[in-house]
Amino acid sequence: MEYIIETEDLHFRYSDDEQWVLKGIDLKIGKGEFVAVLGHNGSGKSTLAKHFNAILLPTKGKVTVNGIDTADEEKLFELRQSAGMVFQNPDNQIVSSVVEEDVAFAPENLGVPYEEMRRRVDEALKSVGMYEYRLHSPSQLSGGQKQRVAIAGIIAMHPECIILDEPTAMLDPQGRREVMETVTKMNREYGVTIILITHYMDEAAKCGRVVVMDKGRIILDDRPEKVFSQVETLKKIGLDVPQVTELAWELRRAGYDISPEIITEEECAAALEKLIKQSGHGNSS
Amino acid sequence: MAVVETEELTYTYSIGTPFEKTAVDHVTLSLRDGGITGVMGHTGSGKSTLIQHFNGLIRPTSGRVLLDGKDIWEDKKNIRDVRFRVGLVFQYPEYQLFEETVYDDIAFGPKNMGLDESEIKRRIMDTANDIGLPEELMKRSPFELSGGQKRRVAIAGVMAMEPELLILDEPTAGLDPAGRDMILEHIKNYHRRTKNTILIVSHSMEDIAGFADSILVMNKGRLFCYDDTVNVFARLEELTRIGLDVPQITKVFDSLKHHGIDFGKQVYTVEYAKKLILQRLAEKEGL
Amino acid sequence: MLRDITIGQYFPGESIIHRLDPRFKIVLTILFIVMVFTGDKFICLSVGAVFTVLVILLSGIKIKMFLKTLKSLLPLMLLTVLLNLFFIKSGDVLWQWKFLKITSEGVDISIFMIVRISLLLMGTSVLTYTTSPITLTDAVERLLSPLKKLRFPVHELAMMMSIALRFIPTLIEETDKIISAQKARGAEIDSGSFMARAKNLISILVPLFVSSFRRADELATAMECRCYNGGAGRTRLRQLRSAPRDYIALAVTLIFLAAAIVLNIM
Repeated sequence: MEYIIETEDLHFRYSDDEQWVLKGIDLKIGKGEFVAVLGHNGSGKSTLAKHFNAILLPTKGKVTVNGIDTADEEKLFELRQSAGMVFQNPDNQIVSSVVEEDVAFAPENLGVPYEEMRRRVDEALKSVGMYEYRLHSPSQLSGGQKQRVAIAGIIAMHPECIILDEPTAMLDPQGRREVMETVTKMNREYGVTIILITHYMDEAAKCGRVVVMDKGRIILDDRPEKVFSQVETLKKIGLDVPQVTELAWELRRAGYDISPEIITEEECAAALEKLIKQSGHGNSS
Repeated sequence: MAVVETEELTYTYSIGTPFEKTAVDHVTLSLRDGGITGVMGHTGSGKSTLIQHFNGLIRPTSGRVLLDGKDIWEDKKNIRDVRFRVGLVFQYPEYQLFEETVYDDIAFGPKNMGLDESEIKRRIMDTANDIGLPEELMKRSPFELSGGQKRRVAIAGVMAMEPELLILDEPTAGLDPAGRDMILEHIKNYHRRTKNTILIVSHSMEDIAGFADSILVMNKGRLFCYDDTVNVFARLEELTRIGLDVPQITKVFDSLKHHGIDFGKQVYTVEYAKKLILQRLAEKEGL
Repeated sequence: MLRDITIGQYFPGESIIHRLDPRFKIVLTILFIVMVFTGDKFICLSVGAVFTVLVILLSGIKIKMFLKTLKSLLPLMLLTVLLNLFFIKSGDVLWQWKFLKITSEGVDISIFMIVRISLLLMGTSVLTYTTSPITLTDAVERLLSPLKKLRFPVHELAMMMSIALRFIPTLIEETDKIISAQKARGAEIDSGSFMARAKNLISILVPLFVSSFRRADELATAMECRCYNGGAGRTRLRQLRSAPRDYIALAVTLIFLAAAIVLNIM
């Protein structure tokens, strides 16, 4: 597998007399992956994300993005173009008072010629479903729409990878759905690598891979159903597991045979149905 | 105890402009006294506008808001007293902190009420205890605290006024699961101590389910329902239709019902689900 | 409510005036100001008046909006009138009381000044009414771009202006929210003693400053992440192109200006 992001023994602290925020992260993310980084506030997940975009540089160890060492200042723009970043507060990352001009901000900075820029902006707005709002002012949009504009602003750079730092933390359920649908589409249809930093387990459950962080270290890194089956570990570090996973886990603890790797409602309903119907038959036969 | 009622309460924004919108549409209700009520509805349902009427931050376009049977707008001079009796904590309340110390910030509301120094101190200490703020934080600047601590200081600022009705607009927004559970626990502490009525706005039915004893649902500016939690969750299909996220576990049990496995009860917490299933399995095995 | 204020007072539309190149509009506005100030005769001012009325009609914006602007500056106009009425001593004396006297020339000049200020206000309002603030900023940046050679930070100024414009609605909304939150804690914003109000103002300004700095910080990071590196090498999505109508507008304005000058000399 070709890797887009690789970290090697990444350590980070803000200054010499402060505690380590990241304590040796070894992580490889392949091109086209859809990865969630899950952790509570202060687990180091956002600090890690900031290393993928050279907002922060390792105190010790190394980070490479698309083969570029993030410490290489000469290639900073090249790096930021291939790994775009979406932030938590939708308001504080929109620069222009017109939606389409905001999407054009990065291409403008990169000196993309007009014809090409026009095409990129329209494409990006269409891909996030905001084309009809291109002449609106951001202040007229909902949180979810603003976040989609921010994503379009990154898409217009034609990145290989998008890092989203808690993009849904300030949104209502509708906005969260919009953002999740948009990033899923970016991953599936355009093959963009997605790294989603979040503390919502239901979002992580939709990803292909979940990396769980605690106290500056990676403690779990697997497919979501495997990760969520570790109910005790997750609860101990202050994270939620899906209600259905928890129920399955409780039933297993009570001695019943039910898969620990249940993360969707359908899986849970089917497993419960089987369990209840079988238990009757089991006794009669 | 404060009895808050509304009569045909209507509020229309930006009257006479192209942006005119009726946010609250002829809502008549009487808030339950003493309990915890969850307020739900998706963005634009009018719930935020509605709650700002309860303490007189917004004046109705038509209709009335009654406190102990008296129209709160009858005498405009009394509106400040209404705000002391009905406390409102806004979303992301940490953005309202401004004093030099945590203590002074929490004291802002009680001071405005004109309480004497010893009563202010008593209230601050009680509230700090409810909300888990250790005494050594009191002399610190609120701007040095962590995000979760700031949130608690801001909530304490309203709680210390000991309003008979405390309204919190999404007090857990943006917090991680541990922070969320902690805040909800602190609100419960306050409720246990003061027995005052609490109204809590939330998008998460899973949070509300284990927390509130009644639920008020707004939809398109109208009161959709206001009933015991159990009875509200019984209307699963309607709630889904108006765009609310029903707890995962409730949906699972609904789907089981469609497959002929009916528990005859509304299920919305994992604990209860576990109990019902274990019971059913035990019955079957006993056959 | 604060949010009812429309900052920049831009009325979107599709009129010929709306569609003019904003760079031309700025130049035309400057020519118009010259036109109104060039003469000291009523006949000369009437040229400006005809021009103003013509432009207002073409803009398709209700005359009521322009009168509103005048109304907001009424105190300033009254002051001008009073100064002119009582301080001009030449001409026939029309009315006298102790040392105060009003002369015919004073009356003439007062009326002249009122008309001149009104025309000036209404004419320049057309510019802001028909051009969005962001377009205006852009046009100013391009018009001033020769100054870049003199190391004048044209791009930086324009960027600051446009970010300010972008955040005005956000900050208004935020101010509204903070005011409500402090009111809920019993702060008296619109009543109470002067001292109480001053104290309460602090409870609004401090959070507003804190949050503005946080926003600025986050925005700066977000801009850097989108490869912002100042004005050098930037291309633009917004293209300003002049059309024949811009040159026609320029010609018409120059004719009016010439007429004003000629009538003044005659």
